[in-house]
Amino acid sequence: MKIQVRYFASLREVLGAEEWVVLDQGGTVGSLRDHLLSLSDGHGQALARSRAVRYALNQRMCSEDAPLTDGAEVAFFPPVTGG
Amino acid sequence: MARVWIGSEDFDVSDQIAQLRSGDGGVGAVVTFLGTVRDRQGDQHGISSLELEHYPGMTEASIEAMIDQAFQRFDIRSAKVLHRVGLLQPLDQIVLVLVASAHRGEAFQACEFLMDYLKTQAPFWKKETTPEGARWVDARVSDDQALQRWGIQADNAPMPSS
Repeated sequence: MKIQVRYFASLREVLGAEEWVVLDQGGTVGSLRDHLLSLSDGHGQALARSRAVRYALNQRMCSEDAPLTDGAEVAFFPPVTGG
Repeated sequence: MARVWIGSEDFDVSDQIAQLRSGDGGVGAVVTFLGTVRDRQGDQHGISSLELEHYPGMTEASIEAMIDQAFQRFDIRSAKVLHRVGLLQPLDQIVLVLVASAHRGEAFQACEFLMDYLKTQAPFWKKETTPEGARWVDARVSDDQALQRWGIQADNAPMPSS
């Protein structure tokens, strides 16, 4: 399963704007976060479970239970601060 | 008429009001909210600039969905949200929410609803430059609480660990 991962704001500064990930099996946005955590020290710090990270699946806000599909766009970002 | 505008250029509030209610004799009330850049936040003074990042595509779609909800909840005739992105200075205009309706009660409520919703769910992030350097602005629990008044769970700002 191929997933397009996008990062914004402080996460983007550390991890870059995007990366493609290939997963052996499906899962959820939450399991994807756990997988990304393991990729590097930088990933581990930026996406640590102690940090508040919000998610969007195919450009819609979602919870970490949201199931992944092949080719999905999943974004990770800090709590939003617009307006 | 486009209901959501995201861009870097400044907007003119009276032009936007005129466009929103143009030719609609059923409008008796127009409520607007204008958000502007401050040079201070709490103890932090001397903020020299503010950078607004967003998620192109998702930003527009999410605000469109919020406006759809406003139409479902309130008896309004038209609504529009404009939000600037990019590099802004203190005193600059950031965001404009306009709502037109027959009567003022619905327009006031819909405008507040849209701002409460946007503050906690629209994908923008602010980075302010201070004399000590640049820092990303933190989300506020009070904004989540504001959205809760409308019966919507925000879950944006991190809860303080007890």
